[in-house]
Amino acid sequence: MAERLLMKGNEVIAEAAIRAGCRHYFGYPITPQTEIAHYMAKKMPEIGGTFIQAESEVAAINMVYGAAGAGARAMTSSSSPGISLKQEGLSYMACAELPAVIVNIMRCGPGLGGIMAAQADYFQAVKGGGHGDYHLVVLAPNSVQELYELTVEAFNIADRYRVVAMILGDGMLGQMMEAVQFKDSEDIRKCDKGWATTGTGLERPHNVITSIDTVPERLEAVNNRLQARYRDIAANETRVEAINCEGADIIITAFGTVSRIIKNVIADAEKEGVRVGLIRPITLWPFPSQAIRDYSAGAKAVLSVELNAGQMVEDVMIALAGAKPVYFLGRTGGMAPTQLEIVGKIKDILGRAS
Amino acid sequence: MKTVFKKPHALTDTPFHYCPGCTHGIIHRLVAEALDELGLEGDAIGVAPVGCAYNNYEYFNCDVQQAAHGRAPAVATGIKRVHPGKIVFTYQGDGDLAAIGTAEIVHAAARGERITTVFVNNAIYGMTSGQMAPTTLLGQVTSTSPTGRKPELHGYPINICEMLATLDAPVYIERVASNSVKNINSAKRAIKKAFEIQRAGLGYTIVEVLSTCPTNWGMSPIESMKWLEENMIKRYPLGVFRDRTAEAKASAAAGAGVGAGNGAGAEAGAAGGASAAAVAGNGAGAEAARAGQEARNG
Repeated sequence: MAERLLMKGNEVIAEAAIRAGCRHYFGYPITPQTEIAHYMAKKMPEIGGTFIQAESEVAAINMVYGAAGAGARAMTSSSSPGISLKQEGLSYMACAELPAVIVNIMRCGPGLGGIMAAQADYFQAVKGGGHGDYHLVVLAPNSVQELYELTVEAFNIADRYRVVAMILGDGMLGQMMEAVQFKDSEDIRKCDKGWATTGTGLERPHNVITSIDTVPERLEAVNNRLQARYRDIAANETRVEAINCEGADIIITAFGTVSRIIKNVIADAEKEGVRVGLIRPITLWPFPSQAIRDYSAGAKAVLSVELNAGQMVEDVMIALAGAKPVYFLGRTGGMAPTQLEIVGKIKDILGRAS
Repeated sequence: MKTVFKKPHALTDTPFHYCPGCTHGIIHRLVAEALDELGLEGDAIGVAPVGCAYNNYEYFNCDVQQAAHGRAPAVATGIKRVHPGKIVFTYQGDGDLAAIGTAEIVHAAARGERITTVFVNNAIYGMTSGQMAPTTLLGQVTSTSPTGRKPELHGYPINICEMLATLDAPVYIERVASNSVKNINSAKRAIKKAFEIQRAGLGYTIVEVLSTCPTNWGMSPIESMKWLEENMIKRYPLGVFRDRTAEAKASAAAGAGVGAGNGAGAEAGAAGGASAAAVAGNGAGAEAARAGQEARNG
């Protein structure tokens, strides 16, 4: 019988990674994600895996680079300032086509900011983050159960497309305890990694993992290959949840923790005679642009609610290309909007007295 | 017909791109000869730096990962933890290792990662056209120290071997040079020894090779060799700064409960996590470091 346990979000991420076959974890302490490292430090030695507390986030992501290039399922995790430090490594991994999973349990910024929940790393996560033309696959769970399922899936997606997949959560999700239902066995989709550096054994030509090519024609070909892969990912891996959208007066777009507040807003607004729909992108990249167009077709307006100063709202506007008026409501610094605040904003938009 | 000289198998047929008189070619060859003679090419996984040797994977026949600037020891750590039985080496220059990568080299050495570093020190940034390096000598003119390196402006050169010899974990630290037949033979012996130590799973090894950069030094190849001999070796004395091979072998044998054979040593080390060598005393190394310090002061 599959286990149903009460667990903390961060610990579930670590357990999910182990269940997905990850045996190499490299990290550096930072709040509010540190429980992932604690869990790995305890568990990895028991199962013959590797846990290294690296000298920096920069070193940790480069250990992931080495382990991923050597053919292993490898992972690192951090929180906002630490993720900034890993951007160099992520850009290199994108060009070297290395699969791995990275977790960002966001805190608020800019700078050292604060340790409370925020979603202000959206741009960094979905627009590449480091230098050059590339994308991470960005998965945004909104519950502990989804942290489990999407972490396992992140390893499968990373291996299939040879890309880095990011779990983008926030401090609230990482620190929250909820029931999680584990499966008896995981759907681990292993891929052939004939490209990995494992030693030639003098039996094959040498394998090279690199992100540099000084010949423009060849480097353009690398970029074209990456872009073609990103188009495949967009076609195959886009995920979205839509609730109550049919006949809705207004559509709210929200991801992660905030989407849970919106589920209550739907009920509150219903009492006041306003039908609110929710579109929750589960993949932030690829972004569910088509779903946003389709599900909002009958609504008067779209409102994006986020824990930042207005980031995903830009992708919503691009998706709608002027077809609907788009509004924004956000809080920053670790603050979150209340249901009342959101309902008030909806009434303002719809021109009703609040 | 008798073959009197041939290319090592561990080198590809690709001609080197290095400038005339640069000793990267010699050092590549020494690494390749060591892999050949120890029968390790098929087990070897190299890590290339950022710098003139960024594409050494064009020349080495073994598997290679190219790393971001200075991060080779972290990348090598990741590789070695996945394949503890393979031979993992980094090949890094002085900008890569002694400036932007100081954190990574110090901590890989401090953890006692069972990897080998070939550290090529030519006292200048070659690829970006001759800027001051951490290892640039006092008074040395570079494009970013145009009137010579001055301690009050630029600080002092960093002696990597002496610095790493203050750590407990490294098993073998030696500085050699690439400027004469005698020194080149000695360099090959050192690189070979480092690989042998790694094969036995004993711990971290680094060989620093003093080298030349005629292009950016503004000298002929022959003048460069002389300059290395007369100036660099004074600041960077050749010699062994740490050799704890015997202790590490004894320690590994005791820890594993079996002989420290090639496979057994590596496996025991991988399973044990912390290096047996890492807990060995630091007496011998400290002495070597002191000897090095004295030689430098003298």
